Amino acid sequence: MIGFVLRRLLQSILVMLTVALIAFGLFRYVGDPINNLVGQDTSAVEREQLREKLGLDDPFLVQFARFVKNAAKGDFGISYRHRRPVAELIVERLPATLELSIVAALIALLVGVPMGVYTGLHREGFLSRSFMTLSLVGVSLPTFLIGILLILLFGVVLRWLPTFGRGEVVALGWWTTGLLTVSGLKALIMPAITLALFQMTLIMRLVRAEMLEVLRTDYIKFARARGLSNRAIHFGHALKNTLVPVITITGLQLGSIIAFAIITESVFQWPGMGLLFIQAINEVDIPVMAAYLVMIALFFVVINLAVDLLYYLVDPRLRVDRDRATGHG
Amino acid sequence: MPAETPPLLEVRDLRVEIPTRRGVLVAVDGVSFHIEEGEVLGVVGESGAGKSLTGAAIIGLLEPPGRIAAGRISLEGRRIDNLDAEAMRRLRGRRIGMIFQDPLTSLNPLYTIGRQLVETILTHTDLTERQAREHAIGLLAEVGIPSAAERFDHYPHQFSGGMRQRVVIALALCANPRLVIADEPTTALDVSIQAQIIALLKRLCREHGTAVMLITHDMGVIAETADRVAVMYAGRIVEIGPVREVIEQARHPYTIGLMGSIPLVGHDVERLSQIDGAMPRLDEIPAGCAFHPRCPHASERCRRERPERIALGNAEVACWHAGELAGRGAVTAGVVRERRENRNARTGDGRPLVELRDLARHFDVSAPWLTRLFSREGRKVLRAVDGVTLTIPRGTTFSLVGESGCGKSTVARLVVGLYRPSRGTILFDGQDYAKLDSHAAMAPVRRRLQMIFQDPYASLNPRWRVAEIVAEPLRAHGITRDRVEIRDRVGALLRQVGLSESDARKYPHEFSGGQRQRISIARALASRPEFLVCDEPTSALDVSVQAQILNLMRDLQRELGLTYLFISHNLAVVYYISDYVGVMYLGRLVEWAEAKSLFRDPKHPYTRMLLDTIPDLEMTGRRRAPVAGEVPSPISPPSGCAFHPRCPLATARCREMRPEPLPRGDGGEVACHAVAENRLPERAPRETPLRQEAD
Ligand SMILES: Nc1ncnc2c1ncn2[C@@H]1O[C@H](COP(=O)(O)OP(=O)(O)OP(=O)(O)O)[C@@H](O)[C@H]1O
Ligand code: SF4
Ligand code: SF4
Ligand SMILES: [Mg+2]
Repeated sequence: MIGFVLRRLLQSILVMLTVALIAFGLFRYVGDPINNLVGQDTSAVEREQLREKLGLDDPFLVQFARFVKNAAKGDFGISYRHRRPVAELIVERLPATLELSIVAALIALLVGVPMGVYTGLHREGFLSRSFMTLSLVGVSLPTFLIGILLILLFGVVLRWLPTFGRGEVVALGWWTTGLLTVSGLKALIMPAITLALFQMTLIMRLVRAEMLEVLRTDYIKFARARGLSNRAIHFGHALKNTLVPVITITGLQLGSIIAFAIITESVFQWPGMGLLFIQAINEVDIPVMAAYLVMIALFFVVINLAVDLLYYLVDPRLRVDRDRATGHG
Repeated sequence: MPAETPPLLEVRDLRVEIPTRRGVLVAVDGVSFHIEEGEVLGVVGESGAGKSLTGAAIIGLLEPPGRIAAGRISLEGRRIDNLDAEAMRRLRGRRIGMIFQDPLTSLNPLYTIGRQLVETILTHTDLTERQAREHAIGLLAEVGIPSAAERFDHYPHQFSGGMRQRVVIALALCANPRLVIADEPTTALDVSIQAQIIALLKRLCREHGTAVMLITHDMGVIAETADRVAVMYAGRIVEIGPVREVIEQARHPYTIGLMGSIPLVGHDVERLSQIDGAMPRLDEIPAGCAFHPRCPHASERCRRERPERIALGNAEVACWHAGELAGRGAVTAGVVRERRENRNARTGDGRPLVELRDLARHFDVSAPWLTRLFSREGRKVLRAVDGVTLTIPRGTTFSLVGESGCGKSTVARLVVGLYRPSRGTILFDGQDYAKLDSHAAMAPVRRRLQMIFQDPYASLNPRWRVAEIVAEPLRAHGITRDRVEIRDRVGALLRQVGLSESDARKYPHEFSGGQRQRISIARALASRPEFLVCDEPTSALDVSVQAQILNLMRDLQRELGLTYLFISHNLAVVYYISDYVGVMYLGRLVEWAEAKSLFRDPKHPYTRMLLDTIPDLEMTGRRRAPVAGEVPSPISPPSGCAFHPRCPLATARCREMRPEPLPRGDGGEVACHAVAENRLPERAPRETPLRQEAD
């Protein structure tokens, strides 16, 4: 187990280093960092001094090492546009994105899993068929279109929900939350649903497929032959066995929810990291782009690690290997 | 009128239909039988005969769209086939239990066996959680799980196959059902474990007074377990009666054929009697008697009218001509089938064709290096084959037997060059074949040896026509590229294996299992090999089809002077086909000898154990003595003689020193200290049980 975790950690570090290399390449070789930092009227001598000070003439590896060291401390330099440390900008925007993503993921799970179980158990029912048809719409419509449609209906026509922004937020230390105010919650509804819709249908279809698979297995047949109740069989035996693949996909999806938030955030003008990133692209704000890349990679890696550990909790076959040799009677 | 107590289970005119897009298939048709309290009813028949569907219909677990279309099923006098789902569920487990074929997949992998037991007990009784736990531990001990209290909290994957089937039995019996339907309970297990499980099932049911419907295709299991037996064919019961009567005086032509096609240890026959053809598919069941296309006694009436079951002796038979045929199916009548002719007359000149010298193959099964580093474990080497020496004379059959994982298949793969040996030599016709490393150098030898695999489904490319499949070796070995010649050769090969030339245009899926195995044989013969390696060539086939293939292999050997290396776990098949038999245990050959001599006088304690597991079809009253224990992990085999943890004769010396092969006195060899030290006990005669149930 320890060997396994350590191996995974090592792999994660390798992934992060690779991403850092790309981010560093962006930072160092797309445009001239000096030009971006100083005004038009700076003299060549001053530029040269700045170059030296920033160490831009050092060998590649030294520069990269410095970049990684700083990144590990959360220091990604100064945003070209905002003229503020990138870390500060990110910390400001992080809560908005995380709240949106986590609420979206919860919606996707809490609706997707039961719907998947239901459609798996009642394959031929009217409700199941409707769910399946609806889910087709969910996967085939692009996110931004769904967002715009929602805005049109609930924001413009019915005027129930705000069409942009986060509403009022409350500060809890450095974290700002919109979950504690009515306007904040109202503002969250549409973006969260928009973001959740795709993952929800995916999870539903996945759980359904897994459920159908598991219900065909021998141990479910044997459980039926022992007269266990349908509830015990469906929710005790079958559902748990569908969890392993569901955890994998959900984990990966949580990562992509955070990444996909870019689109939703720009549709709803949600003041999160995605919006920051879009603006950074428009204005070639390289340090922000680099930082965003590294952040997202970090999320993916951490989530993957968590998924692997969850496996261990769910599936005993992975937990115990060594006993097997002594298991023979 | 005295009210007779109704039988425990009564099935009347059961009909199970499966609606499909192309019409309704009738899978079980007019099946009637009963089971008394505490009785064991065996149900035999080849795959597809409708055995499992009958069982599923009784316990109410037919998979949709399958449905009971007619008939009635009563349990303890109460009709149960029309109960609603909830009432049926409450019956399951409590009144009727079920055991499935594969213990590896019957248990939920995510829960401990204890949890699964307690859950089931709580569903059916008013016991408290604690009492249920105690009851469960008691049951585990009863089914022979050592240190049951500790094992209670273990997960299924921590048990071996045999142990898991014990747990499954405990689960099926935990609410004390009156009837247990056991659907092929031992088919997925090793022969040696089979005997243990059958003995256990029998003992438990006797002690608990539970009746058993034992579904199997293995006549041997029926013979030693059941009180009565029902023989099924194409969804119908063709014969039902007391086991002894059905086995010794089979009356239905199908039963007679079935019994004749089972090879028996101790019976020397040149050919097995065989039923030609195979069971019809559900959508083409013939009118009248479903067996008539395969029946040697079929008359005009058989083709038109379906026979009713009539009483003959204590049995009932569904055959128009059963009265005239009675008694022709005695097992011993099989011996009248031609006597085995003098072996040496048909075998070659006795010169060796294949010689293995100290052959070994090791696999590296270590964990990834980082894991190894962190958990500080070394490399792990699995010695699948570890020093095998044997000689196969030209024109003979050498068989390898042994429990699963002992390295039989690995030897086969080494011999045909699918694996490279880690050590040792393979001499083919005097040439060191394993040392030839270039493809070109191997080619002439490759052509002369071919392999036939266990699974005729997986080993044929489904997208090729039979003609292309059979012609492939001709092209691959560059034997001929001439189209006309290839066509002629393929035609001849197909005829040789009992197919017709027109089959060349078909695809593999259009054939039955037995026919596919014929195609594999035709393909193997295409390059005119002298040596065929056959790894379990009949174990995926039904007995009657197995007999056809075994006969074909015999005929081909005689005609073409072929030499076989034959691998099987079925000892009766091995006895029938072999000239020499080698017994493998954990990668080593522990004993080998001329087949008859080995079966008559096995010396190695392991060989003796294996031979004692052969089911007794002749009903001599001999009980199977199950093998004690299970095969240890080949990664860390026991020291000295690897068999010592299971050997009743083991001494300190056995634990330290590996025994060397010694002559058996009949040309064979045996590796055992007890033989060397002359302290081998006389073997108990076959009639008396060697040992009671192993646990
Ligand atoms: N490619 C491989 N890599 C690792 N281990 C292997 C490999 N092939 C075979 N083994 C192991 O070698 C041992 C012998 O295998 P083999 O298939 O020869 O057994 P067998 O006697 O044919 O058993 P069975 O009756 O189940 O077919 C087994 O423990 C098996 O797991
Ligand atoms: S009824 Fe006729 S065809 Fe059927 S088994 Fe009897 S003799 Fe053969
Ligand atoms: S060598 Fe010893 S342990 Fe091995 S089989 Fe012979 S008596 Fe048994
Ligand atoms: Mg094998």
